Amino acid sequence: METSQFEIDLGNLFAFNPHHQFSSLPSSREELVKECLQKGTELVQAIANTLFNLPSTEDVDGPLVKLPPPTTRLPREKPLPKPKPPTKWELFAKARGIKKRKKDKISYDEPTGTWKRRYGYDRANDEENIPIIEAKITDEPGEDPFAKRQADKKKRVEKQDKNRLQNLKQAAKVDALPSHVQLAATALPITGTQTAPKKVTKDELVNVAGIAASATASGGKFDKKLPGEKPAQHKGKYRKFLPVVEGKGIVGSQEKEQTEKVLNKLISKNSHDILNVDKAVTMYNVKKEKRKNQKGKSSATSSKLKPNTKPHQKSSKKGSSSSKKGSSFSKKGSSKKTKTT
Amino acid sequence: MLQVKTPKKGRVRRALEKRAPKLVETGKKTLILHGTKTSGVLNSVLTEIYNIKKGSAVKFSRKNENIKPFESGGETSLEFFSQRTDCSIFVYGSHSKKRPDNLVIGRTYDHHIYDLVEVGVENFKPMESFAYDKKLAPRIGSKPMIAFVGEGFENVEELKHLKEVLLDLLRGEVVENLNIAGLDRVYVCTSISSNRVFLSHCGLRLKKSGTAVPRMELVEVGPSMDLIVRRNHLPSDSLRKEAMRTAREQPKKKLKNVSGDAIQGKIGKIYVPDQKIGEMALPNKAKGIKRERREAKLKDQDNGHVSKKQKENKA
Repeated sequence: METSQFEIDLGNLFAFNPHHQFSSLPSSREELVKECLQKGTELVQAIANTLFNLPSTEDVDGPLVKLPPPTTRLPREKPLPKPKPPTKWELFAKARGIKKRKKDKISYDEPTGTWKRRYGYDRANDEENIPIIEAKITDEPGEDPFAKRQADKKKRVEKQDKNRLQNLKQAAKVDALPSHVQLAATALPITGTQTAPKKVTKDELVNVAGIAASATASGGKFDKKLPGEKPAQHKGKYRKFLPVVEGKGIVGSQEKEQTEKVLNKLISKNSHDILNVDKAVTMYNVKKEKRKNQKGKSSATSSKLKPNTKPHQKSSKKGSSSSKKGSSFSKKGSSKKTKTT
Repeated sequence: MLQVKTPKKGRVRRALEKRAPKLVETGKKTLILHGTKTSGVLNSVLTEIYNIKKGSAVKFSRKNENIKPFESGGETSLEFFSQRTDCSIFVYGSHSKKRPDNLVIGRTYDHHIYDLVEVGVENFKPMESFAYDKKLAPRIGSKPMIAFVGEGFENVEELKHLKEVLLDLLRGEVVENLNIAGLDRVYVCTSISSNRVFLSHCGLRLKKSGTAVPRMELVEVGPSMDLIVRRNHLPSDSLRKEAMRTAREQPKKKLKNVSGDAIQGKIGKIYVPDQKIGEMALPNKAKGIKRERREAKLKDQDNGHVSKKQKENKA
């Protein structure tokens, strides 16, 4: 027959005849339905032809046929599950080449000499069932060994919980959290596909509040603040308006000043200041001082070279150069005094 | 410290695991709901679709004011329902002057709307109006055969899209093993014109043909209706690409109790429970067979003669 013309997807038990076209629509509804069903029957027969020729196994209810996977591609309903990242231990075990070994379900219980289950109720070698703990030399006096045993166990459990949480966090980062586990931070109906909402930081919140405040005419200045809320950070400049009405004289020239300032800035941008009188004067003074100092220094060095055994009185009687120096010292001293006082 | 929440009960955990994304998906659930106004025709269309899909469908009976799938913002509560019911196909009916007997069929991906097709329903014939042998009535949840006829489904974009959506809606669960004797329903879709599709639900009668393949005969069991394509909304390319991804390797089923051996080859382990032979009832547990009596008898035999002799002597 013309089965080769049909597209057949056996996985979905679906057949499609892309060649049929009504040359002229049948006049009545009955005829139309009849023709449609007839065409449908052809297709169903085509599916059956391939289906009944598949190898089948007999079952109580009838022949069972193994269907091939569907060929028509339809969209998924949920994203592909992501592989779970290895836990820290798994990584470590892999690096060290440690392999999992299966343990027996039961193990030998030494105190009773019987075989008991390894874990759970009435387990073998349960350290909590030991009624007497022998004292050792290393024991600290005043410490309850039973309480210590309990505390140690608690610590171990806590450590394991911490490790587990860490591994779950890592899994949550790559969206591979097991579907039945929920980290309390992700308050979501759990399907395993939803990403947890990002926690908003304080800075971001402040920024958002600032943006929201800028929507008001006053820039949020008169908004009601929550307890502990800081005034919104204002970015940019406030515009300053000069008084509209002013008196004459100096007070009234504010606007003029403003415009002049701008104008001067513009004009003077390219004309470098040739002479700054203040600067020039100070520079001149400094240079003069330096020259004086140099003259004084040359004499001072000569005096320094001489042995300084003589008392001050004599030195004061000496040459003019030294006296000059002395005067300079006194000057310095006086200046210091003023500073200190 | 962050808290880890896990379900306290196994049933809850299993339910959650059922909802989790899977490598190979086997079928989608359908959500059936309606808008503010529905006509009588539409009400029966929705209930019949529900009846056809029973087992993998959820039907809502309340009016939904704020569901407008084609408008932005009108899909939020739809997506919410899809998440709640774990359905990824929805059929939404509404009736208005502009679009009478309106049916929106849509799919979701990750509980967000993937695509939408809007069709109008005409010439609807409900199940009750068909008379047929009730033995041929399809059973609930049986795997249907689907036949599409007409070049319109290949040439017209809207119909092509409709074909895909209808296939997704009608195909039921993806199965690996099929009981051929259980085939009892067929959907026939025919494109009558460029925007009109005839959809009919049929039962199947197998007749002897002389060969291994029986002759198929379709019996209309209803409902049947004409669908007129109105609006449609296609997914964006990136979303389509994302949704069409499939797992490269199929998940392997765990082989239990089978181990390999280089010398002996494949070794299977069979568990045989303790047979308790000692407690077994014997077929004829006559009194004479009882152990103590038997032993007593033996004893008697040893010194039995004596007693008898004694008796004789006495006599």
